[in-house]
Amino acid sequence: MQNALQIVYLIPLLPLIGFLINGIGRNHLSKPVISLVGCGTIFASFVLSIWVFMQVKGGNTYDAHYFNFISVGKLVIPFAFKIDQLSSLFLLIITGVGFLIHVYSTSYMHEEKTEHFGRYFSYLNLFVFSMLLLVMGANFVILFIGWEGVGLCSYLLIGYWFKNTTYNKAASKAFIMNRIGDLAFLIAIFWLIAKLGTVSFSEVFSAANLAKLKALDITVITILLFVGATGKSAQIPLYTWLPDAMAGPTPVSALIHAATMVTAGIYMIARSNVLYSLTPLTMDIVAYTGLATALLAATIALKQNDIKKVLAYSTVSQLGFMFLALGTGAYVAAVFHVMTHAFFKALLFLGSGSVIHAMSGEQDIRNMGGLSKKLKITFITFLIGCIAIAGIPPFSGFFSKDAILLSAYIKSPVLYSIALFTALLTAFYMFRLLFITFTGSFRGTEEQKHHLHESPASMTIPLIVLAVLSIIGGFVGIPEAIMHGGDKLTAFLSPVIAQHGEHAVSHSTEYMLMGLSTALVVIMIIAAWFVFRNYQAKEATGLGKVLENKWYVDELYDAAIVKPLKRIGTFFNSVFEKSVVDGLVNGVGKAVNYSSRQLRLLQSGQVGSYVLLMVLSMVVFFIIQFFIRK
Amino acid sequence: MVKKNNMPINYYIFLSIALFSIGIVGVLTRRNAIIIFMCIELMLNAVNLLLVAFSKMHHLRLAETNAVAGADGQLFVFFIMVVAAAEVSVGLAIIVMMYRNIHSVDVNFLNRLKH
Amino acid sequence: MNITQILFWFLSVMAIFSGLMMITSKNPVHSVLWLIVTFFAISGHYILLNAQFLAIVNIIVYAGAIMVLFLFVIMLMNLNKETEPQKNRWLKMAGAVAGGCLLLVMVAALKDSDIKQQQALVKEGNIGLIQTLGKELFSTYVVPFEISSILFLSAMVGAVVIGKKE
Repeated sequence: MQNALQIVYLIPLLPLIGFLINGIGRNHLSKPVISLVGCGTIFASFVLSIWVFMQVKGGNTYDAHYFNFISVGKLVIPFAFKIDQLSSLFLLIITGVGFLIHVYSTSYMHEEKTEHFGRYFSYLNLFVFSMLLLVMGANFVILFIGWEGVGLCSYLLIGYWFKNTTYNKAASKAFIMNRIGDLAFLIAIFWLIAKLGTVSFSEVFSAANLAKLKALDITVITILLFVGATGKSAQIPLYTWLPDAMAGPTPVSALIHAATMVTAGIYMIARSNVLYSLTPLTMDIVAYTGLATALLAATIALKQNDIKKVLAYSTVSQLGFMFLALGTGAYVAAVFHVMTHAFFKALLFLGSGSVIHAMSGEQDIRNMGGLSKKLKITFITFLIGCIAIAGIPPFSGFFSKDAILLSAYIKSPVLYSIALFTALLTAFYMFRLLFITFTGSFRGTEEQKHHLHESPASMTIPLIVLAVLSIIGGFVGIPEAIMHGGDKLTAFLSPVIAQHGEHAVSHSTEYMLMGLSTALVVIMIIAAWFVFRNYQAKEATGLGKVLENKWYVDELYDAAIVKPLKRIGTFFNSVFEKSVVDGLVNGVGKAVNYSSRQLRLLQSGQVGSYVLLMVLSMVVFFIIQFFIRK
Repeated sequence: MVKKNNMPINYYIFLSIALFSIGIVGVLTRRNAIIIFMCIELMLNAVNLLLVAFSKMHHLRLAETNAVAGADGQLFVFFIMVVAAAEVSVGLAIIVMMYRNIHSVDVNFLNRLKH
Repeated sequence: MNITQILFWFLSVMAIFSGLMMITSKNPVHSVLWLIVTFFAISGHYILLNAQFLAIVNIIVYAGAIMVLFLFVIMLMNLNKETEPQKNRWLKMAGAVAGGCLLLVMVAALKDSDIKQQQALVKEGNIGLIQTLGKELFSTYVVPFEISSILFLSAMVGAVVIGKKE
């Protein structure tokens, strides 16, 4: 039976072809051609994704099986795609936001040399390919292939300006921390194979197989998967790579570290929601880790002075919110927040890119100020993004964040209050960023002031599109309390994510919560306005200094982990390698030398000793012949 | 049971072995090349003795069927003597050459083989 | 014990004794003489075994020609007692031990073989006689006989060539 969705293989295939064309031809093609290939393939994938989405909305899901990737004994792991509601939604986000960022990049990166320009776009296409593989995979292994692929592309793109050693180190840091998480992910996959003999989603999540797993198995597997997610989605303790990853070009930060790669962990857990719902322990771990990360990152963001670093910590914080949602059972809320976050975070990053571009590469906000006059479009879109992230209705951020806060409240009011506090901090630091950058008087150099100009259309149009999405994107998930039947998202995702009964709270409580959060957020914004309206850069002291230095977490890791590892490595090199390994290898040579020297003495040239040896060997031979071999 | 005119063969065997070993000890113990040569002759003779004894043994066993049953052994001894003679002549010529070059018949001086 | 056995033992003792004396005497000329005695003892054994032809040939060729050749060379080099080089003691000991081991091993190996039962015919038998041997030599073994003459030729040529003065 032919399924219309058979052509889904084109969706990842086109970016892969784009990667190959741009990668191989980067020395020969011209910049317009490279841009066309790079953006065109993503656009085609986007169009296909829209079509797929319409199909799935109409109820047509598809499991595409291509070939057996691994076939060993009884274990068969197919290379298969699973097109259902969850994956089609993510497809839209990835290709849609990805396309906008590609278009933005053509202008942002236009000062690069052609071959580097081509390299950039090939990496971007490869990244989109890997991410698509990740969300379309029908089993944990294909997901993991995409998982690794995006990690690789993240490394390649963070270290894009490879001549700078600091950037290279940041790229390595990202990759290594990802790897640590990946190890846990792999162990989880192995555990699954050992217990169930399969890794396909449909088979693992079937009731029969779930009954086979003991409670311990499920807990361990889900915890291991979550550790993998902390590496990829930058939660405690594997989050320190994300701020350093800002070394890459700004569109990269927007695509990878705001909209897509970091949401891979959320996707994975949402996909495995059946497993997670069975272990309250893991859910608690997820929720508390997410909340702690959110709070920590928010406090650090309060005192950062690099425009991109503020946004990076904001990303970590928002990801923490998403994990909080997952941990309290609100899978749909988490996916909803992924979507809205993709919109406004990408918008904020691209906006910051626009600012940096205008400031001729300056990223320190202490040297900015008063940019709203010269960069009007950037300012307005940035403002919209800030409002969305703060969560003011009717912008998209409000709906998704409120769903999360509600779910936290249902779980425990303490969780809710801490989450609410973090949300307030979010509003505060985002508007701090906005006001310091765009209001007040200009604090930069004369030359920078001279150069200030609004970005070209290819950069501002994506900004505008994303701003519009940030405004209206929330309307797919209007909660029941406001509008009956307004929560289209939950209904859409219900085949994949089971509905969790009715609300545990009454509508009036919901209204009260919504009103409370909105009011407090507005108060915070006004407070920020007063504090930062005419900002003067000051030396940070006391708690501020601690926050500015990110709670010294990086230094802690360095002292506790990096330095001992380096010492072990040096020890192995100087002691073990030199004496044992070298000793062994050289020792063999020395032994051969020595024994040959001794043997050479046998060749004395003395006939007498030769004859003696002859006689002795004859004796031995006789003994063997007559007495031993009976 | 020993007949009047027969010797058990193992006496000859042991005698021959004894003479052979004496020859070997001589070869290993002496440094004079000529003496070593002579010990080799002793060894050869021990073997000759044994061969003759065996030929008589075969003759005893097979005399009814074959009148010349053990002749091969003695003929072989004859040829051994032939070869020994030739070998001695050539060997002594070599030793004389050696003496002419290094003025000694010490075998240890032959370690030039090493080079 | 009948006369055969007495003779056998006497000849054996003589052979072994003179062999030992040969390898231990310091003067090379004495060694040669002891070797000649050994040859006589062995020829005695041959006669006991009625291998008359070989007994005579042994005396003539070995004791007569070969030993005389040895004596010539020894006299030529003027070797006598004090110029005899001595091997170092350890090597002599090792040599003696090795030879002794060989003796023991061979004796032990042959001790249990069932060849013990066989007898050697002594004092009788016509195969030691020169007619029989001659007939065999010139009929069955005539080819080796002729080739041995070529061997002698090459030995002579070799000896002359090696001994030539440059």
